[in-house]
Amino acid sequence: MGVMALPQVAPVETPDIEEAPADDRPWVTVVWDDPVNLMSYVTWVFQKLFGYSRERAEQLMLDVHHKGRAVVSSGARERMEMDANQLHGYGLWATVDRA
Amino acid sequence: MFRRNGSQCVATFAIDEVRVLRKVAGEVVGLLTDGMDHTDPVVSRLFPDIYPDRPADSAEFRLYTEGDLKTGKIDQAGAILAALPDEGAGEVRLDGEAAEAWLRAINDARLAMGTRLAISADTDLSEELEHAVVHDPGSSRVFQLSVYAYLGYLQESLLNALPEIE
Repeated sequence: MGVMALPQVAPVETPDIEEAPADDRPWVTVVWDDPVNLMSYVTWVFQKLFGYSRERAEQLMLDVHHKGRAVVSSGARERMEMDANQLHGYGLWATVDRA
Repeated sequence: MFRRNGSQCVATFAIDEVRVLRKVAGEVVGLLTDGMDHTDPVVSRLFPDIYPDRPADSAEFRLYTEGDLKTGKIDQAGAILAALPDEGAGEVRLDGEAAEAWLRAINDARLAMGTRLAISADTDLSEELEHAVVHDPGSSRVFQLSVYAYLGYLQESLLNALPEIE
């Protein structure tokens, strides 16, 4: 039986400082502009679902409308998936992404 | 169109409106129950990918969530059918919960129709309707565009009739 010569190099623990914080980066829920949803409806959904004030909900709706997309919530990944899923229930076009 | 009456949203519908609402709500239910085709642009609009650049993650998420999402959409379309007068014209009275279901269901119907009609950000609905009428006043496109426009007004009236969210 042949014996493989193993390299005698002890594994060195090199904490990857780049990666650790990356995993803690929060996730975001993004709502995209679409030509069908009424502006008043989108505002209402943001108020209803996130409890945002009318002013904040309107500003977010306008961001979606003028910039094509807006971040509507941020936090843990599972939470963002839940938000996006609920937004789909309301017919908004939502996706989840890294912040 | 809806108006506020006490804590309720109330509308009186003509017989044609009742028929149209019954038809569009029924079509949404049909779309969701007849084994959904995910290559259908309407289905992809109603059930968007949660991770557009990661198909495998989107598919996995879909596996766990699509059933409930679909049931919710069927139930909200059902709320329209349940509240409509059994036959002929009549009044519809919605409490807060029913009004929310109607808003969501009208929105699903508008998304489905808007996708089929290829409504875009540049679409001028009245212009589009005029073109369609000139082309053929009896066409299904004229009917679809009028229903789409009608649902937009109805949804807006219901939003305006809702009590202010605290």
